[in-house]
Amino acid sequence: MNELQQETAPALSVSHVSKVFDVSAPWLNRVLERRPKLFVEAVSDISFTVEKGTCFSIVGESGCGKSTVARLVTGLYATSNGDISFGTGATGRPIKVQMIFQDPHSSLNPRWRVGDIIAEPIREMKLRNSEDETLARVRELLETVGLGADDALKYPHEFSGGQRQRISIARALASEPELLVCDEPTSALDVSVQAQILNLMRRLQDELGLTYLFISHDLSVVRHMSTHIAVMYLGRIVEQAPVEELFTNPQHPYSKLLLATIPDIENPKRRVEAQAGEPPSPLNPPSGCAFHPRCPVALSKCSQSAPDLCPTSAHGKVACFVAQDANNTAMEKAAV
Amino acid sequence: MMVQPIPVPEDSINATPALDVQGLSVEFPTRRGVLKAIDDVSMQIAPGEILGVVGESGAGKSITGLAVLGLLEHPGRIAQGAIHVGGRRVDTLTEAELTKVRGREMGAIFQDPLTALNPLFTVGKQLVETIRLHTGMSKTEAEGRALELLRSVGIPAPEERLRQYPHQFSGGMRQRVVIALALAAGPRLIIADEPTTALDVSIQAQITALLRKLCDETGVGIMLVTHDMGVIAETADRVCVMYSGRVVESGPVGDVIHNPQHPYTKGLMAAIPSLHDRVEVLSQIDGSMPRLNARPSGCAFHPRCPHAGPKCSAQKPLLQKVGTTSAACWLQQGGTQ
Repeated sequence: MNELQQETAPALSVSHVSKVFDVSAPWLNRVLERRPKLFVEAVSDISFTVEKGTCFSIVGESGCGKSTVARLVTGLYATSNGDISFGTGATGRPIKVQMIFQDPHSSLNPRWRVGDIIAEPIREMKLRNSEDETLARVRELLETVGLGADDALKYPHEFSGGQRQRISIARALASEPELLVCDEPTSALDVSVQAQILNLMRRLQDELGLTYLFISHDLSVVRHMSTHIAVMYLGRIVEQAPVEELFTNPQHPYSKLLLATIPDIENPKRRVEAQAGEPPSPLNPPSGCAFHPRCPVALSKCSQSAPDLCPTSAHGKVACFVAQDANNTAMEKAAV
Repeated sequence: MMVQPIPVPEDSINATPALDVQGLSVEFPTRRGVLKAIDDVSMQIAPGEILGVVGESGAGKSITGLAVLGLLEHPGRIAQGAIHVGGRRVDTLTEAELTKVRGREMGAIFQDPLTALNPLFTVGKQLVETIRLHTGMSKTEAEGRALELLRSVGIPAPEERLRQYPHQFSGGMRQRVVIALALAAGPRLIIADEPTTALDVSIQAQITALLRKLCDETGVGIMLVTHDMGVIAETADRVCVMYSGRVVESGPVGDVIHNPQHPYTKGLMAAIPSLHDRVEVLSQIDGSMPRLNARPSGCAFHPRCPHAGPKCSAQKPLLQKVGTTSAACWLQQGGTQ
């Protein structure tokens, strides 16, 4: 592989990945009650690539499969179908991946000192030759994330939520990853602390050249962090676009609904009748386009076949018949 | 001879605030001393008004709501102050009297709608029981009212829904049922503690719109406790910003959001990532909210405040009118020196 290709090869490519969970009742219940096996497709046929040094975000409501994607990428779940491949890192090997979890209270072992929590990946992967070097690295990591070097001797309960999330970040950085998968890293934090963590993550991205796969339901956080956004609905990506494009000109009706319903502090939408409807159960997804029962512009074909994710602009893709048709007419007009 | 009650003019009844909290302090005695969770908090809610109570975790916003409902967990106690709901003092009532007032005069909506409903009874039975307990209606009348309530909170096919159990409802629909329960006896005040936090954004918008509508239609006063400034901006009429058990700023929602006076409110507003502009670095408030056993002297915010002076650590500022809002900050009250 020549140098140019290495520069431009994406950090992460996910192609046609699906994940099916078996949610059947226990064997005996199935036999006695004559119940069939039950499967839920949490992620169905999604593809995306994350370029090096960027932040790719996945947004969607609860149950849309965004956290499953994070777990598939980090290998915590095995894929049912499809391929996940990583680009080449600085050392010539496939890039390393680490994960930051949502809840800083349950993701740190309460019986371990912070220093041991952070040193574990270093010791496990033999990244340093001696114990002294390991401890020096731990102190350095603590300072990188804005904590004191002597905090290594304390236990997690001595820290506030924001500080614990800093410890999680330090632990994730300990194995020197190039891709960080962040599953709702600030959802459990207060706004003023959230700002501290987001600023820290941006600074680390600049300093260490990290690539982020960022999972969130909070559109304002996503807008702040990302370069690209994918909107998921019931296990599928319905729209994918650069951040500015998605926020200024959303194509998919679901993206429009999300943007319209998110509370806006600067221009509050008071006394506006909210759009009705709720996400359907993933156990029993609607036929065709999963969004059609809630869609204000649904056509008859929307309930029969599911639209593919098709490009609508240089970087934008949308899975909606209506948006694709509108785009095609616009292109024809432009051609004439 | 019995003393005739003085007839009260119609409009002064309407002017009675739905909630009037004066100088409320809540304490938790512990082995290591008394923790003051709420320190001298006052607030009023007019009928038909939504007051947003906003703050970060540990600010005491939920404790305020629980104190009003008389649901403080042992060993928490009201140390000082008075709470009036619809003109009636409730903080001095006995538990038996309080049980009657709770539900009748004030309703509650909590964060998790599943734990607020009994999983063993149908939604209809729970509604009818609540209505009959508080209004003394007959069963048929109560069933009619239950149907009407479910319809007013926007539940489709209410006749069938009445016969269903809570697990058959989705999160948003369950929260609607809880709202219907809170409204069952026609209360003057509803305490809504993080009513939309467990819900997705598109459902959140439906629930806040519903609260707004019910407030306008029934004239109930709502105390909306939340950490989400966006929800406050879109729902509340006035807002109280709490920090470390005290109200640091209160006023009309637009003024507090667009022209905050207290440095904490300013910092809080600036820390929220914008939906419209992209900035490289978010402005942040360093540090975190102090623990209750280590509340700083004077103004509790002074160790994190960029404008703090010697007076801030020495003396506690009181809430005073600044323009259209009120702020508890020495900056607006003659300087921090």
